[in-house]
Amino acid sequence: MLEAFLSSTISMATPILLAALGELIVEESGVLNIGIEGAMLCGAFAALATAWFSGSVMLGLLAGIAAGVAINATLAVLAVNLAVNQVVAGTALDILALGITGVFYRRMFGITGKAFTVHALAPMPLGPLAAIPIVGPALFDQNLIVYAAFAIVPILAWILSRTRYGLELRAAGENPQAADALGLGVRRLRWHALIASGVLTGLSGAYLTLAYANTFVEGISAGRGFVALAVVILGRWNPWGLTAASILFGAAMALQFGLQALGTAVPYQLFLALPYALTLVVLAGVGGQAQAPSALGEPYVR
Amino acid sequence: MLASLLKPIAALAIAAALISGVLLALGASPIGVFSALAIGAFGNWLAFTDTCVKATPLIFTGLAVALSFQGAMWNIGADGQLTIGALLAGAIGPYLGGLPHPIAIAVILAAGAIGGAAWGGICGWLRARRDVNEVISTIMLNFVAVQMLSWAVHGPLMEASRSYPASTPIAAGAQLRLFFEPSRLNSGMILAVALAIASSALLFRTGIGFEIRAAGINRRASAFFGIPIARLAVLVMALSGALAGLGGAVQISAITHRLYEKISPGWGYEAIAVALLARLNPIGLLCTALLFGALDNGSQAMQRAEGVSPVLVQVIQGMVILILLAFDTTAFSRLTGAISLRRGAGTSAPELPPAAGASDA
Repeated sequence: MLEAFLSSTISMATPILLAALGELIVEESGVLNIGIEGAMLCGAFAALATAWFSGSVMLGLLAGIAAGVAINATLAVLAVNLAVNQVVAGTALDILALGITGVFYRRMFGITGKAFTVHALAPMPLGPLAAIPIVGPALFDQNLIVYAAFAIVPILAWILSRTRYGLELRAAGENPQAADALGLGVRRLRWHALIASGVLTGLSGAYLTLAYANTFVEGISAGRGFVALAVVILGRWNPWGLTAASILFGAAMALQFGLQALGTAVPYQLFLALPYALTLVVLAGVGGQAQAPSALGEPYVR
Repeated sequence: MLASLLKPIAALAIAAALISGVLLALGASPIGVFSALAIGAFGNWLAFTDTCVKATPLIFTGLAVALSFQGAMWNIGADGQLTIGALLAGAIGPYLGGLPHPIAIAVILAAGAIGGAAWGGICGWLRARRDVNEVISTIMLNFVAVQMLSWAVHGPLMEASRSYPASTPIAAGAQLRLFFEPSRLNSGMILAVALAIASSALLFRTGIGFEIRAAGINRRASAFFGIPIARLAVLVMALSGALAGLGGAVQISAITHRLYEKISPGWGYEAIAVALLARLNPIGLLCTALLFGALDNGSQAMQRAEGVSPVLVQVIQGMVILILLAFDTTAFSRLTGAISLRRGAGTSAPELPPAAGASDA
């Protein structure tokens, strides 16, 4: 029971963590990306459709990543080069992604009646570690993407806080004018951040269809992109904090499924609303902008 | 005036071209799809009235978005505000049987407005007093609202037979009358139009409206000139939420008569396209809401005739917003400014308030 709950928590936390790490990179560079949900959805659809037609899960993964990058590149053109309102552009991409994936999904798979499923990405148990009681299956009997997501955390933490490149990226988000004056190329940095984030968000979408659901339904991302937005805030713009917040949200989701199955008196909607409410309470408690990059959401025009 | 219409029309034309590309990729005929859309939306009296009915919630949420965006308060939460407005209206509706019809209507609509105003006002207050970005807070409250509604129709408000997740129907006296049955045309549409006129008057003819627009263009400068920025943030968000909440109450009172799990198919997000396409102008918004209502309505006929999913409408919405945004940028106006003999180069105010998501500090 506990073993299954922990295992489910980690699988629920993984797509959120990936998307949140992507959002973190973008926000550190000064862009507020509301379009994560759309990138995730496109990644999810592209991954499954490609895997289904080609029969290769690996090709599917790559297609998912490519779709995430494509959506973020669109945002980059608008938000970085044309300096438009980032919030509106991101929202438009979310709506567009919902429409495009829906139209193609129904056109390609609505009529055939064939099951739109693929073989899931297989779990890779890490030898004897997977046999550890209680935590073993959760931590060491997962698929490749789960390991990758958690491996990225220390790497990203190191890049952001210890390398020159990470410093430059944060400079673009804290004070783009100064960064530009130092010749850092704010536009270039923000483009890099959006592309890197597209990779992670696309991967997160691919995980949903190739490793978690093994199929696609319209709107499969189900608000996870917005949860990622909340996770970045709750995690105080720190990769380790993001990990903790992702696991917390993953646990809330796992608990909600468990409660629905058990049919308890506690309304499951409470657990679904909790992450969002909690984010608001934390924001209200500490004062919203305290830890956010100073220039977050401001288009930079030279 | 003509020039101000040029950009939205050009944006629509480019969107139509891009969507034709998507349709060709799908193996559908663009002409067939667009004509099926048009016939489905305007082909006969019943189709036309249903387009008006579909446009009504978009007018309410579109006004909510236009009002807040004019003040550079990025309210992405019209969906949640509409949901809470509907929730309160649907909760109070069954108990209004003893009241005279006009009073019952007033009460149920007021419940919707109050619910929406509270939901939006929270975000305004958080912005003013706790410096919480309203983009984040409104999005978070959208999700909370959806779960609250789901809980209500599965739990305390569930109908007596408890067989279906829907609430008890509202009292007959609290239902907005339909004008020309079988058409579902109702006075909600008239209220929406009246509120559009009122919003326009508020924004462009009153001191408060001037302050809202001034804060939208430059918050820091407005504060310097003594405009009470914090109070204005709460007011704008509460007003904006009230408009969206009213839309929810009208939907309950005139159309559904009870609550369901998903009362809004995304009107609050669609409203962003509606408002932007109308350049945040409340009167112009009546046209764009009708356009998007027509798309929604025509999409069913399009599916029957051409086998293209109605979600194509969302592709159209997304593309229209993105193309309009691209048109609105300084880079683009510099480009067109050079071509168009520089006429009015310095006079054209920024189409969108520039302080997007920026903090006041």
